[in-house]
Amino acid sequence: MLYDVVIIGGGIVGTSIARELSRYNLRIALLEKETELAFGVSKSNSGIIHPGTQNPPGSLKGCLCVQGNTLMRKLSKELGFDFKEVGELIVAFTEEEIARLRQLKKEAEALGVPRTRIVDGRWLKAHEPNLSGKALVALYAPTAGIVSPYRVAYDLAENAGRNGVEIRTHTRVEGIAPAGLFQFEVATSSGIFKTRYLINSAGLHADDVARMAGIDDFTVRPRKGEEFLLDKKRHYLTNHVIFPLPTKISKGVLVIKTSDGNPMIGPTAEDISDKEDLSTSDAGLAKVLTEARKLVPSIDENDIIAYFAGLRPVAGDDFIIRHEDKVPGLVTVAGIQSPGLTSAPAIALMVAGILKKKGLALKKKLLFHKKRKHAIHLFEIPLSRTKKLIKKDAGYGEIVCRCEMVSAKEVRDAICHGAKTMDGIKFRTRAQAGRCHGSFCTTRIMKILAEETKKQVTEVTKRGRGSELVKEDRANG
Amino acid sequence: MVSRDLVIVGGGPAGMAAAVSAYENGVKDILVLERDQYLGGILNQCVHTGFGLEYFKEILTGPEYAERFIEKVTRVPEIEVSLKSFVVHLAKDKTLTYIKPGKLETVRPKALIMATGCREKTREMVHIPGTRPAGIFSAGLAQKLINIEGLLPGKEVVIVGSGDIGLIMARRFTLEGAKVNAVVEIQKQSRGLLRNVVQCLEDFEIPLYFSHKIAKIYGKDRVEMVDIVKVDEQFNEVAGSQFRIACDTILVSVGLIPENELIEMAGVELDKNTNSPVSDEVNETSIPGIFVCGNSFKVYDLVDSVTKDSVIAGRIAAEYLRSLK
Ligand SMILES: Cc1cc2nc3c(=O)[nH]c(=O)nc-3n(C[C@H](O)[C@H](O)[C@H](O)COP(=O)(O)OP(=O)(O)OC[C@H]3O[C@@H](n4cnc5c(N)ncnc54)[C@H](O)[C@@H]3O)c2cc1C
Repeated sequence: MLYDVVIIGGGIVGTSIARELSRYNLRIALLEKETELAFGVSKSNSGIIHPGTQNPPGSLKGCLCVQGNTLMRKLSKELGFDFKEVGELIVAFTEEEIARLRQLKKEAEALGVPRTRIVDGRWLKAHEPNLSGKALVALYAPTAGIVSPYRVAYDLAENAGRNGVEIRTHTRVEGIAPAGLFQFEVATSSGIFKTRYLINSAGLHADDVARMAGIDDFTVRPRKGEEFLLDKKRHYLTNHVIFPLPTKISKGVLVIKTSDGNPMIGPTAEDISDKEDLSTSDAGLAKVLTEARKLVPSIDENDIIAYFAGLRPVAGDDFIIRHEDKVPGLVTVAGIQSPGLTSAPAIALMVAGILKKKGLALKKKLLFHKKRKHAIHLFEIPLSRTKKLIKKDAGYGEIVCRCEMVSAKEVRDAICHGAKTMDGIKFRTRAQAGRCHGSFCTTRIMKILAEETKKQVTEVTKRGRGSELVKEDRANG
Repeated sequence: MVSRDLVIVGGGPAGMAAAVSAYENGVKDILVLERDQYLGGILNQCVHTGFGLEYFKEILTGPEYAERFIEKVTRVPEIEVSLKSFVVHLAKDKTLTYIKPGKLETVRPKALIMATGCREKTREMVHIPGTRPAGIFSAGLAQKLINIEGLLPGKEVVIVGSGDIGLIMARRFTLEGAKVNAVVEIQKQSRGLLRNVVQCLEDFEIPLYFSHKIAKIYGKDRVEMVDIVKVDEQFNEVAGSQFRIACDTILVSVGLIPENELIEMAGVELDKNTNSPVSDEVNETSIPGIFVCGNSFKVYDLVDSVTKDSVIAGRIAAEYLRSLK
């Protein structure tokens, strides 16, 4: 069979492209090497939908970020994921910083970031009471928002699937053979895919994939960011996303609101060489705590309940999004570092435009399912609604995760919507993500997952083959 | 909304002892809410012996100790037990909201005893650097996997912390045929009972490293090894002392914290360091009529002490109810 488009990589970029192209009469496959989607860079980031500030004027990422910020709101309505417009504050502590802040404001305006303004110390005291008293003024960008990044990717993929895109997880691309103009044979761990157009959105491995097709003029270097999550109890810590002034290589250490309510501090920015190195360090923690406390002094180390590291796929200063004229039909989407999550919907539009220009007929489907039903999370709805839900389905009354208040029904729904692993369930429902770290709910969730997927509990994994939770079943041999 | 004289949250040893004691002190309308499907709490997974020496002057297993109280509680018709009942909200005026299969209920007690026990500190709370693969468990979860579910979590184990659960699990893993390669304790001495150090480690020749900590966890999908390093008096790493041990499993047993998020939600003042309620009197809190007992009041070494503490809580709750009349 011949596909029109094959997309390599099921992160936020790949799933955004899949969903965008699923409007058209095309045969599309999305190939992802991991057991689940969004287990790459897209699972470990800050979840901020940036307004577009802190990007150089005229940069591709700046333009796509501003456009993505608008598109993300529309997607949130269509697909039913949570988008909270919390706004951001970039805080200045010295006269010199105030001057830089004014410059940032100018650059943001040039990029088209709407409604930015400088707010003074009085405003800050009133609207952000836990902010350091040393803060003089801040640049306020009200259009900054927060989302749950993996849930956005899952929702995009599910909707793309409903509209006919084949989603293949556990499918690693191992070789690409051009078979004539606009003809590729993509060799994978689960067979060969023939396609006319090929999109490389393989994140950290975009350079490896490009090399398979004979493109070797860029390298993706991982830049590590360690982040630390605080207990949900401290949800009131800040009302906005708080930034210091940006450094040369990153936006600095932030105090972040997350869409699930836990405050988060981070990330660090450290260039490393190993694309698999997701370890966190004492030094990272020390740095993040020191920097975050400059913004919000009352942050307490005892409130940290989880941490992780993410790797920004860096290939130069800007995104690389282009058709490879040397290999007709191949589109590269590489170096999608921050603000890649924000930009993803705009990147998808840009890629669709490139494909069209290169001869792919984009003919709208007669029936495109634009909407998706909002998944239910007990932790975000009032108890009165929970009461009604429980009457309808007793499964909502069976709480499995005590810290985050997740019911058995939500876990089953997550599996029904594609979760195959314990982490997949965690990202979709938050079960195991709270302060006890799964001490209470792990056994319960393992049993549900085994039952729903008709597997043995010994086959249940944290995030795919090789990460089985237990070694032996003594009771059942 | 239903009104009750006394509601007790938690059906472990603390909640059960408080219920019986409150009844014996004259309270005749008691509701016990337990989120699990059985009474007994954590005792159910503690199949080893060593319980009851002080209170019953007998050596019992965890389930045997629990059974003595379950019998008492279920014999008294004035004590109603509601299982699979998960309290999700507590208001200042003591109104409780709980969820059970098929129902969401609210109840407003005149007095409330919280006997919600404690939870284990996690790897995240002690900040162990490294990766986050499968194979890292709290000691209590490992205990549940082995003793209740019949599942063996791993075969080559390193245990962080020498708390009692960690020590007992070292023995449990060894008896199950797994190998415990090391127990690593950052302090100069064990946090657990001496008898557990002897019976669980020394008898099995399991190496115990005092003044050491895990410097890093390795492994992408599953734990592969750990770096262990010596620390000085200030807990700083001693240069050159690092060594590596292969393992597929890490158990974290670094202490317990009272589980008091519900009373915190209601506005009860908690000590930031211990997570215990701040109060002048044992078992009382900053909100009159809300009492806390057992491990949620203070982490005790022995269940016998939990029982004693909870008997007092039952009595003072009864006194409080009398004072309202
Ligand atoms: C610490 C941190 C914080 C960040 N914060 C923000 C933020 O707040 N806001 C924001 O907008 N952006 C943020 N970003 C950036 C954002 O996370 C990334 O830009 C975005 O997730 C990139 O998505 P992607 O789809 O390109 O990459 P990925 O999610 O990595 O997707 C690529 C996928 O390709 C798969 N793949 C690779 N090779 C192959 C192969 N051979 N065969 C098949 N599949 C393959 C991978 O498994 C992976 O799933 C942050 C990044 C980091 C690291």
